[in-house]
Amino acid sequence: MSMTPNTTSMPSHHILSVLVQNRAGVLARVSSLFARRGYNIFSLAVAPTEDPDFSRITIVVDVESAPLEQIVKQLFKLIDVVKISELDPRRSVERELMMATVRVASEDRGQVVELANIFEGKILAVGTEAITVSLDGSPDKLDDFEELLRGYGIVELQRTGRVALPKLDKEARTRSHKNGKAS
Amino acid sequence: MTEQITGAQALIRALELENVDTIFGLPGGCILPAYDPLLDSHIRHILVRHEQGAGHMAEGYAHVTGRPGVALVTSGPAATNMVTPLCDAYMDSIPMICITGQVPTSAIGTDAFQECDTVGITRSVTKHNELIMSADEIPLIVRQAFHIATTGRPGPVLIDVPKDCLQNMMTWYWPTDEEVLESLPGYKPNTKGHSRMIKEAARLILDSKQPVLYVGGGVLKARAADALRELAELINTPVVTTLMARGAFPDSHPLCLGMPGMHGNATAITAMQKSDLLINLGARFDDRITGKVSTFAPDAKIIHVDIDPAEQGKVRRPDVPIVGDCRLVIEELVKTIKEMLANGDAQTDISAWKSRVSGWQEQFPLFYSPSEPGEALKPQFCLEKLHELAPAGTILCSGVGQHQMFSSQFWKFEEPYTWVNSGGLGTMGFSIPAAIGAKVARPDRTVWAVDGDGCFQMTAQELVTASVERIPIKVAIMNNSYLGMVRQWQEMFYDERYSEVYLSPELPDFVKWAEAMGCVGIRVESPEEVEPAIALANSINDRSVVVEFRVDAGEKVFPMVPAGFGNDDVLLHPNQNDRREFLR
Repeated sequence: MSMTPNTTSMPSHHILSVLVQNRAGVLARVSSLFARRGYNIFSLAVAPTEDPDFSRITIVVDVESAPLEQIVKQLFKLIDVVKISELDPRRSVERELMMATVRVASEDRGQVVELANIFEGKILAVGTEAITVSLDGSPDKLDDFEELLRGYGIVELQRTGRVALPKLDKEARTRSHKNGKAS
Repeated sequence: MTEQITGAQALIRALELENVDTIFGLPGGCILPAYDPLLDSHIRHILVRHEQGAGHMAEGYAHVTGRPGVALVTSGPAATNMVTPLCDAYMDSIPMICITGQVPTSAIGTDAFQECDTVGITRSVTKHNELIMSADEIPLIVRQAFHIATTGRPGPVLIDVPKDCLQNMMTWYWPTDEEVLESLPGYKPNTKGHSRMIKEAARLILDSKQPVLYVGGGVLKARAADALRELAELINTPVVTTLMARGAFPDSHPLCLGMPGMHGNATAITAMQKSDLLINLGARFDDRITGKVSTFAPDAKIIHVDIDPAEQGKVRRPDVPIVGDCRLVIEELVKTIKEMLANGDAQTDISAWKSRVSGWQEQFPLFYSPSEPGEALKPQFCLEKLHELAPAGTILCSGVGQHQMFSSQFWKFEEPYTWVNSGGLGTMGFSIPAAIGAKVARPDRTVWAVDGDGCFQMTAQELVTASVERIPIKVAIMNNSYLGMVRQWQEMFYDERYSEVYLSPELPDFVKWAEAMGCVGIRVESPEEVEPAIALANSINDRSVVVEFRVDAGEKVFPMVPAGFGNDDVLLHPNQNDRREFLR
């Protein structure tokens, strides 16, 4: 997920928030559809919603691999897919979690701790030669933090992929597809 | 009322309540419990010799009735043998229910005997599939499966049933329509076209100078042949019928141009190329129709009617997309056009276009060089004679290859649901089991299966099924002792370097093989034997008949748009090449 690109410029990727029936195999259906049709996924996050009968899958898709319209329409053909919202990155709130273990000698550890504090990250574990930090926030913020940590030497890094919901201001625009689905 | 029955009893009862009259299947370990209550059911079970046969029979049944064909097989190898028919049905939008046995729920994931991940394997070749995890789920999942298979864009649905779910007791219930719909919150096919789009389409049609109705299999799925005829006659517009739509519009109708595409006739291909408006009804701009997409019908505006929204814009962006059932949309379109005409709108004069089209028809009829005395039989001649001598209402099934194209070209289809073939997947060996399924569904009709010698050897064993179950079909083998279509490509595109396409004319002995399977076998080697042999075959109705036609191996299918080329580059029959400029 360290490949997650910057989202502030004109996006070459798009966020799909896909509401699905919370049933065995539904993630496999979605991911095998992407594989079968040759669509690329940047990141994918899935968890049950407030209603345990449904899960929400947040997929960041590469719209250069296929037109977004085709991806959405093909996803809709899955019987378990109930609703798809396209979230414009500029009009949605996004969050992602990152954990990173950084190689740092004890005398320099303070610099990394300071960096984590500036970014409002957390120290999760401390060793003699390394430190594990976490940060949740917008993907951009994570990108910046990751870049700064890189200078110290990242041993391991894991990002979750983003989750997103539409912004609540009046301009919030989600193109929602609910009843237009067939087949 | 709380009736306790086994999951197996519930499964068979659910199929009965879904009005299933025939199951094509073959039992085995995990599905065994379901075969016991079948003994007490009125449902007819047809015991096949290979599970693939059951799948194609179910498809043939569905092709000619519109009702879902049902296949019942066991787990593991039986399920993998079903993958081809499932994919075939998926590609051609055939409603089909496949029920597979599975190892008991406690054994799933342990690599148990005859275990395979059936739902995983079939996920991309079914419209939907489900693994049942408890006997209680059976009635709802069966109802969902029939609903999904037959509504929207039809397709195959697979139900995987573990053995313990068949053996366990459950409390019988039968879900209502509302309960089925509520259980599928994500499945709401749109059947009624958008009225503003239909108005826009009507406007484009009235303004078009060079329209063509491009008719696909969706018209047959929607039972829209009558509506199509009314529309075509109302706007007096030429009709092309794709491979999947042969029979949707009568070939004898003056507006019918026949089949377009890779082996379509020159008029149908060229009319689409030169058109200013393609009215696509239930077709999907398949690569075999469009040729090179960037050069396909470059000046045409597109009206695209399809029940599957994902087909809109997948290959060619429509000017007017209409998501809906072809019959409902065509009927609405007819009504709208009539209203516009009644309100003083007039249709643009298309007589110049139509005379141009008839000019092509005169110059470029389908053509083959008849054999001179002593020369080998021509497959096209055999097809013409088969059609000429066929009893009214005969259903024609075909395998895949040259004989399939000759069938579509030289048979004249007059009514819907008389043509059964494997279009999208191109499954060799389709015709014999599909013909058996068609004959089971329509015992009143004569069913001919046209097959190649290559195809026949893939599924011929199902003729044993036909004999034992007393399902008399007729098979015409076009034996050119080659994988003919591959041979044609090697001749034309690989400098006549023939690689692994020669099958041998003598082996197997098709007549003896037919006789060994309980059929009448007839061999035809010369033109004068053709008519008597066909007449004899048509007169035998108490068993299946196999007629082997020894045909010219050098015969090629023309016209042909080579793969990767545009339709303007269609290769005509060599005898018509000097007239090429008329296609401009």
